[in-house]
Amino acid sequence: MTEFALLTGQAFNGISLASILLLVALGLALSFGLMGVINMAHGELLMIGGYLTYMMLQVLPHGIGYLFGMVAAFAGTGIFGAILEMTLIRRLYGRPLDTLLATWGVSLIMQQGARSIFGPIGDEVTAPKWLTGSLNVSSGALMGLSLPVVRMFIILLSAAVFGLIVFIILRTRVGLLVQAVHQDRDMAEALGINTRRVDLAVFALGSAVAGLTGSALALIAPVTPTVGQNYIVYAFLVVILGGLGSLLGTLFAALLVGIFSAGCQIFTGVSTSDVLLLLFVIAFIQFRPRGIITISSRSLEGS
Amino acid sequence: MNDKSRGALIIIGISVLIVLLISRVRAQDSTVKVGVLHSLTGTMAISEVTVKNATMLAIDQINAAGGVNGKQIVPIVEDGASEPAIFAQKAQKLVQEDKVVTVFGGWTSASRKAMLPVFERFHGLLWYPVQFEGNECSPDIMYSGAQPNQQILPALDWAKQKGYTRYFLLGSDYVFPRTANLILKKHIIHDGLTVVDEEYVPLGGTDFSAIVNKIQAAKPDIIFNTLNGDSNVSFFKQMAAAGLPPAKLPVMSFSIAEPEAKAMGPSIVEGSFAAWNYFQSLDDPASKKFVAAYKSRFGQDSVVDDPMAHGYLDVYVWAAAAEKARSFDIDKVRKAAVTLGWKDVVMGKTKFASNQSLYQTAYVGELQPDGQFRILWNSSAPIFPEPYDPLTFPGKKCLIH
Repeated sequence: MTEFALLTGQAFNGISLASILLLVALGLALSFGLMGVINMAHGELLMIGGYLTYMMLQVLPHGIGYLFGMVAAFAGTGIFGAILEMTLIRRLYGRPLDTLLATWGVSLIMQQGARSIFGPIGDEVTAPKWLTGSLNVSSGALMGLSLPVVRMFIILLSAAVFGLIVFIILRTRVGLLVQAVHQDRDMAEALGINTRRVDLAVFALGSAVAGLTGSALALIAPVTPTVGQNYIVYAFLVVILGGLGSLLGTLFAALLVGIFSAGCQIFTGVSTSDVLLLLFVIAFIQFRPRGIITISSRSLEGS
Repeated sequence: MNDKSRGALIIIGISVLIVLLISRVRAQDSTVKVGVLHSLTGTMAISEVTVKNATMLAIDQINAAGGVNGKQIVPIVEDGASEPAIFAQKAQKLVQEDKVVTVFGGWTSASRKAMLPVFERFHGLLWYPVQFEGNECSPDIMYSGAQPNQQILPALDWAKQKGYTRYFLLGSDYVFPRTANLILKKHIIHDGLTVVDEEYVPLGGTDFSAIVNKIQAAKPDIIFNTLNGDSNVSFFKQMAAAGLPPAKLPVMSFSIAEPEAKAMGPSIVEGSFAAWNYFQSLDDPASKKFVAAYKSRFGQDSVVDDPMAHGYLDVYVWAAAAEKARSFDIDKVRKAAVTLGWKDVVMGKTKFASNQSLYQTAYVGELQPDGQFRILWNSSAPIFPEPYDPLTFPGKKCLIH
């Protein structure tokens, strides 16, 4: 394997990591960034997506079962998010600290629930045939480079989900309402927009994206009751680094974190690269306290 | 007499009977209390609950056969909750309040290190069932789990015999993998072989993209894997996705036994190697009896592994030592335990050496599609336990008796 191939491989890994971070953070960017809800149970929404995929694979043949698993994870977690919003989160708007505690409680309940239903030991989701294997370069300057198909799939999925959300926000009527509520909740209400329904829609969509992400992560990581805990810190990191309320900022932050980590790991280990990453983010926030892209919004300023 | 007062009378009568019974038991003093201290909740519960089960099985079997020194064993089970601080607290409670004569328990090195000062200060005796990094020597602990020279180094011997020369060391970032790899590196270099790279991932880490890339660049003959827990699932999945399943690039794991293989789904780890001092598939009459007894009590689809076998063995050795000493006094039991001589309790011939660690045979197994290991290799005889590897920690000795 040539040095050039190693570097190219790491560049690919950086983008792959960024795509995973983007997927993990997108749901949170919607609920936290647009609505100011600090959802500590976001990781557990990923976990639900993983288990829904696992359950679909138990009843359906393996090849197409995974596609249905993704759909089930998206829809099921979305419905779960909607129920969560209606029963709990709705009552806590404008009280971020209370939401933090309440959703943390929800995350503990969900972890124990998963433990009781599925057992403490993880369940296995194997990638279908069409996602196994890798693209190998066997000659030339990039000799020895191998790009796993499943990682390319996650990159494409991530791009598609991001595109879809941006399209919904910028080009549809629902998106227009979301923007209106985000920019000035009181004025939106005065104009007759049902802000409760908008909140419900945004939170359900964020949850659905988290479920879909859980389904994708099941291909490369375990499905266990506590799997969400591995991602929650990075999700908040990316959303805060990107700037609250800005989807484009979330995209840039995911790319920055992914490529920075992969770059560090060329010459150091995983633990050290995590330390360097956190130092970098702390330094960055010192200079740009509101993240990469700053949005001025009355709803954020008020809180 | 109406129904109500008759009911009350019956209750009083029963309570009097119970009190009488208890006082009779007390008066005879025909029981002896031991502590069982494992994590029954938290992340380590997956592994430790089964060791507790094996320990309880041994206690019940010994009780059914008449007990120890004519006394029935009464286990007092406590939950360490996967927290070293709670292990220390519960150990103190067992020794001071419950006045147990000995304690069986612990799994992580962190939990052992937390309990050690408690046992030394209040003079208790702990039987520790898990393979560990060595480098420790306390008169108040009986180390039945493998020392590095009984698990890790035999695996290296096997790999050398197979002709592997380029080694990639991968582990979770904590004391056991770090120390294990320190010892491995010394020996690999001493034997004129190559360590192509050494990498660590935080406990629970799920991203192995960079490490897979480095493995592809370093082109090792074999990976020595000391990853712990869920990280293994991510690692094997991402290796397979990169076209490097264990069939193509051999992996020797030190923390994957039968239950872990079952949990991960044998298909992703199939063909990988593991080194232990006990496998469920071991062809040994004592082991077969243990497996059958465990299955009939805890379910036919349950599996057993190395730490469970050690937990089971510890109770039997303690009972035999107490019988030999005709006493439950800690110092007499310790002395008797190291002079018992060879015995096949569950994993072939074993005995405690004078450094309070166990002589045991090393095995290398290959994981089969059914989640069991096929034993490929074993050391020619039970290996003397060395808490301090002479090459890595020259001059350090463990002298207890």
